[in-house]
Amino acid sequence: MAITSLPSLDGQELTILIQGRFDFGAHQDFRNAYESVSSTPQRYIVDLKDTTYLDSSALGMLLLLRDYAGGDDSMIRLVNCSSDVRKILAISNFEQLFNIA
Amino acid sequence: MIERLSILIVEDNAADRMLLSAIVSRQGHRALTASNGLEAVALFDRERPHLVLMDALMPVMDGFEAARRIKQAAGEALVPIIFLTSLTEGEALVRCLEAGGDDFLAKPYNRVILEAKINAMDRLRRLQETVLQQRDLIGQHNEYLLNEQRVAKAVFDKVAHSGCLDAPNIRYVQSPFAVFNGDLLLAAYKPSGGMHVLLGDFTGHGLPAAIGAMPLAEVFYGMTAKGYSLTDVLREVNAKLRHILPRGVFCCATLLNVSFQRQAVEVWNGGLPNGYLLRVNGERVPLVSRHLPLGVLEPAAFNDACEVYPVSLGDRVFLFSDGVLEAGNKQAQLFGEQRLLSVFADNQKPQALFDEIQQALLQFSGDQQDDVSLLEVSLVEDGQVKRPPLTFSDNGHNHLLDWSATFEFRGETLRYFNPLPFLLHLLLEVQGLRPQGAALFTVLAELYSNALEHGVLGLESSLKANAEGFADYYRQRSDRLAHLTDGFVRFHLRLLPEGGGGRLRLRVEDSGAGFDPQLLLPQPDDALRLSGRGLALVRQLSERCQWGDGEPGVCVEFSWKAGA
Repeated sequence: MAITSLPSLDGQELTILIQGRFDFGAHQDFRNAYESVSSTPQRYIVDLKDTTYLDSSALGMLLLLRDYAGGDDSMIRLVNCSSDVRKILAISNFEQLFNIA
Repeated sequence: MIERLSILIVEDNAADRMLLSAIVSRQGHRALTASNGLEAVALFDRERPHLVLMDALMPVMDGFEAARRIKQAAGEALVPIIFLTSLTEGEALVRCLEAGGDDFLAKPYNRVILEAKINAMDRLRRLQETVLQQRDLIGQHNEYLLNEQRVAKAVFDKVAHSGCLDAPNIRYVQSPFAVFNGDLLLAAYKPSGGMHVLLGDFTGHGLPAAIGAMPLAEVFYGMTAKGYSLTDVLREVNAKLRHILPRGVFCCATLLNVSFQRQAVEVWNGGLPNGYLLRVNGERVPLVSRHLPLGVLEPAAFNDACEVYPVSLGDRVFLFSDGVLEAGNKQAQLFGEQRLLSVFADNQKPQALFDEIQQALLQFSGDQQDDVSLLEVSLVEDGQVKRPPLTFSDNGHNHLLDWSATFEFRGETLRYFNPLPFLLHLLLEVQGLRPQGAALFTVLAELYSNALEHGVLGLESSLKANAEGFADYYRQRSDRLAHLTDGFVRFHLRLLPEGGGGRLRLRVEDSGAGFDPQLLLPQPDDALRLSGRGLALVRQLSERCQWGDGEPGVCVEFSWKAGA
């Protein structure tokens, strides 16, 4: 499991890349990924292309990010979801809270 | 500054013994001396020195045997033994180490090297001491934690397994520690008959995941017993969890409202895998998650829309926690939905399906999974489920017998407020009515939904002639209710003392076209009939049931005798 955060050049957008298992073990790293950036991004992208697994604690962490990013006013996209990941997100109806692509 | 140690010197040569004692004492340690192995072992038992300097070859008992015995007596503590030896050939030195020696020092003795070795061995000794202390501390903490978990689990088990999970129409398995992984299974009788059932799964693992179970269960049981509807319970549970749980912790759940009398199942699924309604005719209806889990959304944004399915005797509902689909085998494959559905497909006798699913899980994963909850609720005859009588925390009022009241609930209120718990609460203050509480509530509920659905909302019960229309009926119901602005339902309550006992006369009227008495007439007992069931019940359960006698609406009566 590795989590990388990549701010865009203008600092407006933050991409968080999650490799491997996205579960409770990723908790601290995931928080650090958005809390320890110096800019205040307007938009967040969580890139799940290398995410092999996602469990319900990961859903909880996404909710934490959503709260941090402004709750209902947040702009968060979950991109490159595999069909398994997409299914888990769909069961929880997270498309109501996140932009899933 | 080095700690003062007591050091046992074992040497048969008196001169060497004195020399070593002098070196050790000069270094600031306490020297104990023995002249052979046997003496050394006895002295060790008595004095428990920290470190031993041991000659190899001695009369009575040699150093090898003494070292073995001392190591054994020392147990887990490290008592370093430094062999003093003039032996030089490798094999002899190996024997020293094999007997439990930690190091050796060749004769003649070099003071500086001896001191350095004592210091090095002391470091090792203290390292071992620290490790043992920490191990014991961890062990203690672990013991403490396990004990706390046992107590907490006993409490959770009570919470999670109270209610009516033992009802004859419910089967469930929950692996022993599933509740500790945040799985929750609740079932409770409604005062009007039927039951509410909940299968929930909190995010995360362990105690933090289980903690939300307490408030959830409390709301679920409390509100169900008071006659609140499933949507009322859902809204309250969501609001409560949202309020108390940290962000990121929530509860995926499926809730069922099973009505034996109306032969309907109401379903709300937020975040759990598909459940299934398996009909007697083999048809399988997936109960799909259509909502965010409980505790995620603000109360204002929460969606309590349920799906309603007509059911008939023998129909079964199966619910699963995601632990069922995620049960793994040794090859790290998951059980998955396909395997589950093939168990459904292979099933011959519906009553065996529950066991077959368990069997398939066990065969697949090889051992019991720690995170599995599986539930079956079947639709049975109303009479087959013995409901316990309503319980009360006080005795009620003996003399609350001579009063009347009229309540009128209008458009805006009907949209958001369910008056039944309120009315039930009021009526059950009357002591004499309590034994008939369940029947009273059923009648009240049926008359209210008749007044609301047919009178105020103008729904045609003929819509419910088939399963499709049935679903449509309930869609229209929530649609029209959401846009309701006028209309009313009136409850006229009248209590009269009567020969030491009393009588309740209850009239329900509405703003609609009037009551459809056809629905109250005895109808052929048609198992496929999807409507009119409720009002037939009103006739059965109330003592007298009248309409069209000059007063609007339907009037029912309940009475009781003195001392009842």
